[in-house]
Amino acid sequence: MDYLYYPGCSLEGTAKEYDLSTRVLCHALGLGLTEITDWTCCGATAAEAMDELLAYALPARNLALAQKMDTGRDILVPCSACYLNLKNAAQALGTDAGLRGRVNRLLSRENLSMSGFVRVRHLLDVLCHDVDVNDIVKAADNRMADLVIAPYYGCQCLRPFTEFDDPEQPRSMDTVIRATGAGVLDWDMGGACCGASSAGIKPEVGTTLVGRIMVQAAPAHAIVTVCPMCQMNLERFQTREIPVLFLPQFLGLAMGLPAKTLGCDLNLSDIRSIVSRVAP
Amino acid sequence: MIPSPKPEKPAPDPVLSARVAQIKDLVASCIQCGTCSASCPNLCFMDMTPRKMWRFLLCDRVEEVFSSDTFSMCSSCYVCTLRCPRGLPLTRAMAGLKQIGFHLHMARFRRAGLFYGAFMDNIAQYGRVREMEMMTRYFLALKDPLVPLGYAAMGVRLLAKNKLRPRLPSRGRGKLAHLFEPLDPQEQ
Ligand code: SF4
Ligand code: SF4
Repeated sequence: MDYLYYPGCSLEGTAKEYDLSTRVLCHALGLGLTEITDWTCCGATAAEAMDELLAYALPARNLALAQKMDTGRDILVPCSACYLNLKNAAQALGTDAGLRGRVNRLLSRENLSMSGFVRVRHLLDVLCHDVDVNDIVKAADNRMADLVIAPYYGCQCLRPFTEFDDPEQPRSMDTVIRATGAGVLDWDMGGACCGASSAGIKPEVGTTLVGRIMVQAAPAHAIVTVCPMCQMNLERFQTREIPVLFLPQFLGLAMGLPAKTLGCDLNLSDIRSIVSRVAP
Repeated sequence: MIPSPKPEKPAPDPVLSARVAQIKDLVASCIQCGTCSASCPNLCFMDMTPRKMWRFLLCDRVEEVFSSDTFSMCSSCYVCTLRCPRGLPLTRAMAGLKQIGFHLHMARFRRAGLFYGAFMDNIAQYGRVREMEMMTRYFLALKDPLVPLGYAAMGVRLLAKNKLRPRLPSRGRGKLAHLFEPLDPQEQ
């Protein structure tokens, strides 16, 4: 399978390891990624708090660029906030001709326009539905046996678009985590908010919400995440020092891919106990 | 300290009243069941429950809505949107209220407004977020020397991992300025 790839701003900076590990893991699993040429910011959580038209125009520019490249391939997005913004714009502009007209007028300065249907998919959706789990099982050879992993989904890959999982009781990560030989922590906090989108402005929110998550994560050996904002927020506000790593880093390690290529030296939390599972 | 007069009265403004009316439409069929309040992870930070705030809004008690910090504490988790038995787009309505707070430069949203402003300036200029530069601009605009201290530990950890490069690949200066033009009052 081939995809158009939208990394998003965080993956160029604070979440470089998410970008590295996504590319390396996809390559190992036979998923082809072509980066969207000249992509720009999707507006993150700031645009929607400022202006509605802008909150559509910023992601729409990227959808238009993707359509110019190829209308057949799905857009693969690892960041949950980018995923939500791109998907929201694809849906709204696909159904509301008036809005599409207003946005396209703004985009026309660059000779871009958005039309019809674009499929936007989260990395987690692709890993759980487009990959043969036996490929992971074979490569992993039970490398992660005896570990218990807490799957942390966060909000925006589950809600409001309930595309690929149950937003109240998410389970999509279970199969791929078990494929590595590891067990999955049975907990209620997988889809609980970590407060990342207000933590930039109000750090006390992050301390409280992350605290609640960490209490329940205590029995696990590590937490895996699928969003750069969740990852940074959990690493920033946790006081227990549980290893926190991105799902593609964990799966890549399980499949024996070199830790360095998965950016495992870049995490802020100490993930050596997981990395050491791979023979150096 | 900035004195924050209470209640904070939004200036009468036809565009604003139209925006408030749009948001009222979004939540018009609220049955006051309280599911939104019970589900909100940020309830403990709010001075009015979301259920009550929707009621005040629908009763045109706009001053109470804008003197409360409820909508500014929303972290866009979409749980209320998911669970509301009336299927109301509550997170979107919260965002609409934030937009009004931002446009009115209300004292209570000064921090959030400055943060978003620094973020958006950064995007308009480069197309992508340059985190280091964005945070520097935010702190300068804030003029509060104590706030950066809260970020210092994190900043040092990120710098140590070489994650806050002052320069990232630029998409050209002012590249996205045209998308921001509708926000500029002079263009309207
Ligand atoms: S959950 Fe929906 S119907 Fe119930 S109080 Fe909240 S907004 Fe109203
Ligand atoms: S979307 Fe906002 S208001 Fe709704 S439950 Fe989440 S934080 Fe609370």
